[in-house]
Amino acid sequence: MATTKAAAGAVEVRLENLQRRYGAVTALNGLDLTIAPGEMVALLGPSGCGKTTALRLLAGLEEADGGRVVIDGKDVTGLSANKRNVGMVFQAYSLFPHMTARQNVAFGLFLRKVGETERRRRAAEMLELVGLSAHADRYAHQLSGGQQQRVALARALAIQPKVLLLDEPLSALDARVRARLRDEIRRVQLEVGTTTLFVTHDQEEALAIADRVGVMNAGRLDQLGPPMEVYSRPATPFVAEFVGLTNRIPGVVRDGSVEVRGTRLPLVQAGTADGPAVALVRPEAVTLASNHPTTSGPLVGTVIATAFLGATSRITVDLGDVTVLAQLPTSEAAAHPAGTRVQLVLRSDPVLIARDEVPATSA
Amino acid sequence: MSSVETTSVRTAGRPSSGGRRLPLSWVGAVPFLGYVGVFLLLPTVIVAVGAFTVGDGYGLSNFNELTQPFLVRSFENSVILSASTALIGGVFGALMAYAVAIGNPDGILRRLVTSACGVLAQFGGVTLAFAFIATIAQQGFVTLFLLQHGIDIYANGIWLFKLPGLVLVYSYFQIPLMVLVFLPALDGIRPQWREATESLGGGTWHYWRYVAGPLLLPAFLGSSLLLFANAFSAYATAAALINQGGIVVPLQIANAMTSEVGLHSASFASALALAMVVIVATVMVLYSLLQRRTARWLR
Amino acid sequence: MSRSRRARQRLFRWVVLVLLGAFLLVPIGAMFEFSTRGATAGSRTLASWTAIPTYPDLVASIVASLQLAVITSLGVLLLLVPTMIWTRLRLPWLRPILEFICLLPLTIPAIVLVVGLAPTYRWVSYYLSDSVLTLAFAYLILVLPFTYRALDAGLSAIDIKTLSEAARSLGAGWATVMLRIIVPNMRSALLNAGLLSVALVLGEYTIANLLNFHNLQVAIYHLGRADAGVSIAVAVASLLFAFLILTVLAFVGRPPSLVAFSEDA
Repeated sequence: MATTKAAAGAVEVRLENLQRRYGAVTALNGLDLTIAPGEMVALLGPSGCGKTTALRLLAGLEEADGGRVVIDGKDVTGLSANKRNVGMVFQAYSLFPHMTARQNVAFGLFLRKVGETERRRRAAEMLELVGLSAHADRYAHQLSGGQQQRVALARALAIQPKVLLLDEPLSALDARVRARLRDEIRRVQLEVGTTTLFVTHDQEEALAIADRVGVMNAGRLDQLGPPMEVYSRPATPFVAEFVGLTNRIPGVVRDGSVEVRGTRLPLVQAGTADGPAVALVRPEAVTLASNHPTTSGPLVGTVIATAFLGATSRITVDLGDVTVLAQLPTSEAAAHPAGTRVQLVLRSDPVLIARDEVPATSA
Repeated sequence: MSSVETTSVRTAGRPSSGGRRLPLSWVGAVPFLGYVGVFLLLPTVIVAVGAFTVGDGYGLSNFNELTQPFLVRSFENSVILSASTALIGGVFGALMAYAVAIGNPDGILRRLVTSACGVLAQFGGVTLAFAFIATIAQQGFVTLFLLQHGIDIYANGIWLFKLPGLVLVYSYFQIPLMVLVFLPALDGIRPQWREATESLGGGTWHYWRYVAGPLLLPAFLGSSLLLFANAFSAYATAAALINQGGIVVPLQIANAMTSEVGLHSASFASALALAMVVIVATVMVLYSLLQRRTARWLR
Repeated sequence: MSRSRRARQRLFRWVVLVLLGAFLLVPIGAMFEFSTRGATAGSRTLASWTAIPTYPDLVASIVASLQLAVITSLGVLLLLVPTMIWTRLRLPWLRPILEFICLLPLTIPAIVLVVGLAPTYRWVSYYLSDSVLTLAFAYLILVLPFTYRALDAGLSAIDIKTLSEAARSLGAGWATVMLRIIVPNMRSALLNAGLLSVALVLGEYTIANLLNFHNLQVAIYHLGRADAGVSIAVAVASLLFAFLILTVLAFVGRPPSLVAFSEDA
């Protein structure tokens, strides 16, 4: 995965103990986040978790009830949005409909009283960067959703902002456009090197392009780390279940590992207390034994469904008292259609434990 | 299962296009077209033809009569009245619409104001004239109140029953009409545009000068044109307020219709009416062109 | 949005609405005041109001206008709704024509229309009837622009093509489709259109006057010469009635557009 090289002049962004309330509802409950210069951090979470609120507080579009926002060492908490020099890309509808793409991109420069030749040059440069030079004189209603978002990105970057903010920029687009544009955004961000905060509810997006992913839950950060770490070593059950699929298989914790249906698996969190627990196992960690089971066993069951996902497939296996998902290469899954008896093997990846009495959204 | 299948095949299988089906579909439009033909298109044709009817033949002499000074004066007055009330109604109506638009879209205040505007925009005419008579005629409530405080609004003559009075009274329905017509455009302004302007470094003035202003201008102009056409064609209010004389065109048309000067007046009234239609239609065409631009930007 | 801007907006709203609201409410209040004036200065009486039933012509015209309102709104719905549904489903080419025709009365105002209607009404009064209720023919035309717009909004909100195809595939005939499938889904638009028509008919003066019919507004006008107090009392009453109708409409009908100008993002 590409890592950002900080551009000259890239700045650090710090959110310190941010609080925001809307009447009786607490949207942000003490958020702490530091974004390194040139880094792209994705804030991931379900709707209502506070990620958009955090972004808007950083942008200055809303006022915090507590905490600080620091950009480049300067406390901007009380500063209004138009003085913060942040570039923002909205989810949809943000292009000015009465201006062409070029005029939209140049608008921030126009507000800064940049001369006309220089404006044209910079706008052209930005449109070239996002690959839309040919559409410079089109209006918003003449552009597709993906093209509009690219213009919005060019517009945000034209003013050479200290921070780039993206508020679910891909949510309103078709699936195919989404994947392509996601990579485009990352490519541009790497090239320009601006410190970036990207908000999304789609875990695939966050994992694919961010340097670090922050999973948010009810106004707080549950985990912040590189995508690989968040995925394979989730800090809480909420993170484990929000990022990627999990199987919940009952087992017993004993002596620093968990026994799940006859297999001992290492634990993510070393100091877990003994006792009954639910192990969160990724489908990719579940494979099929090569032998055909003749007898029954704790990991022997019947395939009841197959989901074809292209290169891989996901099969659902009924073990009697629990159902388990396994992700396999398609050829292997095809060899075990619905109705076949199979034996599952749990790979010895460290697993996270959830205790059933503890609610999924842990503090 | 199979019986449902065959039923659906049966009805879906009927040809939806093809020679025999088309005339049958067409019949559905007949009642409406027929009705409108008799009560809208026919009268329009009668007016158009009547305008060119001179005696037993046809000619343009009816239009020559329109150049008589008192008629030219009434056209001037109509234009002055319509333009001024379009301006007054446009500005104050836009302010009122803005005040409503920035509030809660589902709130009670908005619903109350829009329904009030719905009534007041329509309910001109006799009721309105009487209301203003009750308010600021010689014995009106406000007149007497001001007199008690030493202000005589009629010190220079009674203006209520002349053109200035019409301007005041017409404004009463022009303002609510503007609210009704302009509000949808305001609703089409997306909050992201304000936020985008701010994040790009613009303040309130920049936003209005370069974004919201230009976007709302076609809608504002178009709505004002609609107000112009509305005032130009209004008859009832003027008739109720002004007992005799024909200081505006609709009153002249009414006079021409009801005067006892034989058949001559029918074609003369038609000529006047046609002249009015031409003016109003031109304004309405401009209005619809501006509406199209607005709809494209502020969907 | 910043708190200071929110506060500024709130102030602006209240100032504008109070000032303009006052301008719009004062004449109505003045009408109340006028119609309750007593013989001596400063006294109040309901004599003007209680005198209303004593003017038979007035009462007759109130009844006539109410009847006209009902006939016109039912008539326009009966005429427009099937036509508009049929146009959307079967005659798409008719749609722009329909729209143009329905907006025409805005361009051909009542004062012009009545010039051309005079000969037609001579025919109607001779061959059909000379009752004031024949005004409904003309009123139907006058309400077309407003009812068309209300019904069009209601039809646009539901996908009648899909609904009717689904119903037809289950075996429904066209009458069933219209009555049982489409109309029930347009309730608020129908109410909207109907009540707008009622308000317009109650306030119509031009055509009634110039065709020499006696409807509510004509009666108010004539009465104004004889007894100003009573005529103003009736005027206020009809205005309040129309306002009541449209308030009902606002609370029962479709809520206004959800895309608001409000900057409470």
